[in-house]
Amino acid sequence: MSIATTLTQAPVKVHEDKCIAEKGCTVCVDVCPLDVLAIDLVKKKAFMQFDECWYCLPCETDCPTGAVEVSIPYLLR
Amino acid sequence: MKRIDMEFDLVVIGGGTGGPMAAVKAKEKNPKLKVLLIDKAHVKRSGAISMGMDGLNNAVIPGHATPEQYVKEITIANDGIVDQAAVMAYAANSFDMIQELDRWGVKFEKDETGDYAVRKVHHLGSYVLPMPEGHHMKKILYRQLKRARVEITNRVVVTRLLTGANGEVSGVMGFDCRTADFYVIRCKAAVITTGAAGRIGLPASGYLMGTYENPTNSGDGHAMAYHAGAALANLECFQINPLIKDYNGPACAYVTGPFGGYTANARGERFIECDYWSGQMMLEFHRELQSGNGPVFLKLDHLAEETISEIEHILHSNERPSRGRFHDKRGNDYRKQMIEMHISEIGFCSGHSASGIWTNARGETSVPGLYAAGDCASVPHNYMLGAFVYGRICGHNAAEYCGAVADRAIDEGAVAAEQARVSAPLQRSEGPTPFQIEYKTRRLVNDYLQPPKITRKYEIGLRRFDEVREDAQAMLATNPHELMRAMEAMSIIDCAEMAARSSMFRAESRWGLYHYCVDHPERDDANWFCHTLLSKGADGSMTMAKKAVEPYIVPIDDEERDAYQRLRVERKAEAA
Repeated sequence: MSIATTLTQAPVKVHEDKCIAEKGCTVCVDVCPLDVLAIDLVKKKAFMQFDECWYCLPCETDCPTGAVEVSIPYLLR
Repeated sequence: MKRIDMEFDLVVIGGGTGGPMAAVKAKEKNPKLKVLLIDKAHVKRSGAISMGMDGLNNAVIPGHATPEQYVKEITIANDGIVDQAAVMAYAANSFDMIQELDRWGVKFEKDETGDYAVRKVHHLGSYVLPMPEGHHMKKILYRQLKRARVEITNRVVVTRLLTGANGEVSGVMGFDCRTADFYVIRCKAAVITTGAAGRIGLPASGYLMGTYENPTNSGDGHAMAYHAGAALANLECFQINPLIKDYNGPACAYVTGPFGGYTANARGERFIECDYWSGQMMLEFHRELQSGNGPVFLKLDHLAEETISEIEHILHSNERPSRGRFHDKRGNDYRKQMIEMHISEIGFCSGHSASGIWTNARGETSVPGLYAAGDCASVPHNYMLGAFVYGRICGHNAAEYCGAVADRAIDEGAVAAEQARVSAPLQRSEGPTPFQIEYKTRRLVNDYLQPPKITRKYEIGLRRFDEVREDAQAMLATNPHELMRAMEAMSIIDCAEMAARSSMFRAESRWGLYHYCVDHPERDDANWFCHTLLSKGADGSMTMAKKAVEPYIVPIDDEERDAYQRLRVERKAEAA
């Protein structure tokens, strides 16, 4: 059996102009209870790697530059 | 999978609410102990109170309530099936814990005289203390962990406990959800504080992580306790909560009730006397939804602007602050319309109901050296403050136990077996994904286990769980993160089966909607005024037993006994 990948609209958006992951910041990745955020090693910016968001907001609240924006996942909106 | 070996005296599993308290209190009791707090998320923001809490729901404060009154209230709210000594151990230590939290910097609402501003939400007594600035709770706990020099390991998923020749705890095993390194931690004692099993059922939205509980709380603690030989109590007393529809978070009547908000039907009429979450209240909620009077709403639109602003401030900055943006998107305004509510998926959570790893008044489970506190343990209606109080009780008692027992030896055979089990999904190149296994299990839970409970449906459900369990043997994980979901899916299957077997054992109805059995619609005190215990039998399968309710230390009058049975608002006959 083969494995499919399905596109989905991620509820966590990172504004790359504000994200300072290139300076070593990993705050949003650190605080996410579900560990769904990661740093893109090429772009050096945070992004949502897994669509498993509980819309709990530590990533947005704790981001030092206000780069993270959480929306309610589409299925619940 | 690299193996990492560690040694501690005490390992606390789960860094949310009760866990940090247990770790801090164990160190305070004996600063020489090596104490590890381990969490699959990051302790700074893990657990049910990741974003704080809007109040204490069960504060027993002199001048407002006595421990005896509280024990009585919870005994009645839980249809008599309580170990009163365990509830009393909470109640008697409740005020002392509030004062300690106050000293640590937690801000509680106080009146103009400096007294705690306690509100009435329960049916009989007053136990609710608001915390409008409660969003800083985790920061305060983290400061205490650093002060007490507790060691912390984040992002390690504990999967199983190790036990010795006499069944006693000898270690903890798990893996890193980013590197898949395998951890073997030798210890003398462990405290399980893994929270509710909140990922058993599927939210009505179909969104896997749209659960009431923090979805990290996938029942890992319940599963590891079971596999270590511990008994679990009253699992058929499900948690089912009244929530904001689709958002699936608390509305929250505990906060709004004292301000004049209430649960209403489609006509804007009150139909329950009391908004405190009990099985009886949920049964009336369920009946209203099923009748022509639904949907059910939270009604605030009759309140004054300043009251609504205050409610908004509390609800949109604490516990589930994204409530605010959910309402914005929907065009919901507390001032203008009622907020539609719905019934949650099922779960195990003693914080609100009464099911969990069996513990006594000392926080001890049935496995020597194993303790449990908070939503995963069995002390009923315990809430956040109960997790703190029992965290302290477990921390103190586990510290004493560690001082009295010898170092443990690790069973290498058991380690090898667990490492093989955990690493298997990473070694496959095809198979069902953790998402598929989890989704199917939880969908089946909704189809067959959601009350009203019907024996025939439960039988089918059990058969289907077996099939999924079989499929899960071939589960695929392509990275350590997916491996975490795969292992969680295994815990979820275990919990689903536990929920079914416990429910089928108790051949009566009790706790309102939580255990409403169509085939046994009446409460049967003659045969079922008892706890039920689920544990692993000699043949490795789940076995059930009755356990007598411990003699009451606070007597209950006949008049009070049924207070929670009379929750529906009585309508006066209207003149023709």
